[in-house]
Amino acid sequence: MLVCPKCHGQMQTYNRSGVQIEQCTNCRGIFLDYGELEALTQLEGKWQQPAPPPAYPAPPMQPGYPQPPAPAWGAPQHYGHGHGHGHGHKHHGHGGFAHMLFSS
Amino acid sequence: MTTTGEQSGARRGGTVRIDRQAARRGAGPAADDALIAALAATAAAAARRTARPPGAAPAPPTVPAATTVLADRPDGTVVRVGSVVAKAHAPGTDAAALAVRVAVAAHPALRGILLAPLPPEPAAEGACGVLEPAAGGGRPVTAWPYGLPVDRHDPAAAPWAEAAVLLARLHNVPPAALPGPLPPMRGPAKAALAVARLRAVPDCAAARTVRRAWRRLPAWARDEAPHPGPAALCHGDLHLGQLVRHPAPDGPWLLIDVDDLGTGPAAWDLARPAMWFAAGLLEPDAWARFLAAYRAAGGPAVPHTGDPWAQLDVPARALAVQTAAIGVAKAAREGRELDEAESELVATCARIAQLE
Repeated sequence: MLVCPKCHGQMQTYNRSGVQIEQCTNCRGIFLDYGELEALTQLEGKWQQPAPPPAYPAPPMQPGYPQPPAPAWGAPQHYGHGHGHGHGHKHHGHGGFAHMLFSS
Repeated sequence: MTTTGEQSGARRGGTVRIDRQAARRGAGPAADDALIAALAATAAAAARRTARPPGAAPAPPTVPAATTVLADRPDGTVVRVGSVVAKAHAPGTDAAALAVRVAVAAHPALRGILLAPLPPEPAAEGACGVLEPAAGGGRPVTAWPYGLPVDRHDPAAAPWAEAAVLLARLHNVPPAALPGPLPPMRGPAKAALAVARLRAVPDCAAARTVRRAWRRLPAWARDEAPHPGPAALCHGDLHLGQLVRHPAPDGPWLLIDVDDLGTGPAAWDLARPAMWFAAGLLEPDAWARFLAAYRAAGGPAVPHTGDPWAQLDVPARALAVQTAAIGVAKAAREGRELDEAESELVATCARIAQLE
């Protein structure tokens, strides 16, 4: 099993429309092997055709909790579950946050 | 106060050797060798007292243990010798208030919630000793058993649910049953202190944003008025550095660090993870687990169901301001740009400043 290069969580392999991707079970960052981004981009291009998009399997949710409510001043980019995209994420790998977790 | 398991100094055979690079991760004055040596002696003496109750046979000779500097920051220096940790509290600490806080940690009502201190030296008055002026400028010193901290390199294993359960139990301890007079929890005071430190920072947009958000807070959250609502026993400074497993390495999790303990609005203790979540830094699932565990354990800070933000909003905004202020001041001191998390908090302050 791969280890996430950002947060050292465990990476799990998912199959998205025939493309194998590794997603971190902790921070949900996604690791793409050579050629996989291109494959996904091609698929994306197909979806933009008039044909209805194929069923898109979401990665399994972590057990249990619905998205908790946030205050009006909360960050706009809260990541819901099952909507990971191939670019960065805002959680544990966030610069400086790992230190912040342990300080006043 | 942050306590880590880092190995940053070692003492063997009577000499103290301190690795400054490793010991000084943050800014602030480095503890001098005299302070480290005095803390090591305090810890060693506490270990001897613990090993040999009065009247018992003399303890067998023990192998000299290495001295490790666990934390060396302006708000406290912590030294470990074997199974014992000694802490020199911040200069200017209110010694009488600290003595009450330590006595609370020693109280049976807190067993299984807060790590209990080791007994002070017989000569010490009250619950904590005082360092010799030559070593620590008369700073109060306390001795504690060593506990294993949260692994900094494995955030996925952070014990959010366990922390929440400990807080729920802490908040349900009736303050009237404890040693007193119990001082107020120092959360608002620390937020005010962090904002005051911004004065040392050259004027910049980030500092102005943080101050604007601060001005939108009610007086009680800025430590300018008593807080409304019921007063619970609060930790006052919850973060992942405030949890240890005792006995190490696989005992139950306990809260540590009584410096900010006192009475206040219980929601303050939930507000730092709440703020991290709201700022987009903490994973929603970690916050959801924390909140659910707190509620399941009967924590009184928020209603059992529904939206908890009526109670969390003000303390979480105060902690966003406090953390942003610390970050802006630290970046200025180190002559660098804000890091990603600090920038996110300044952006959070900007949104707070724009609230109706």
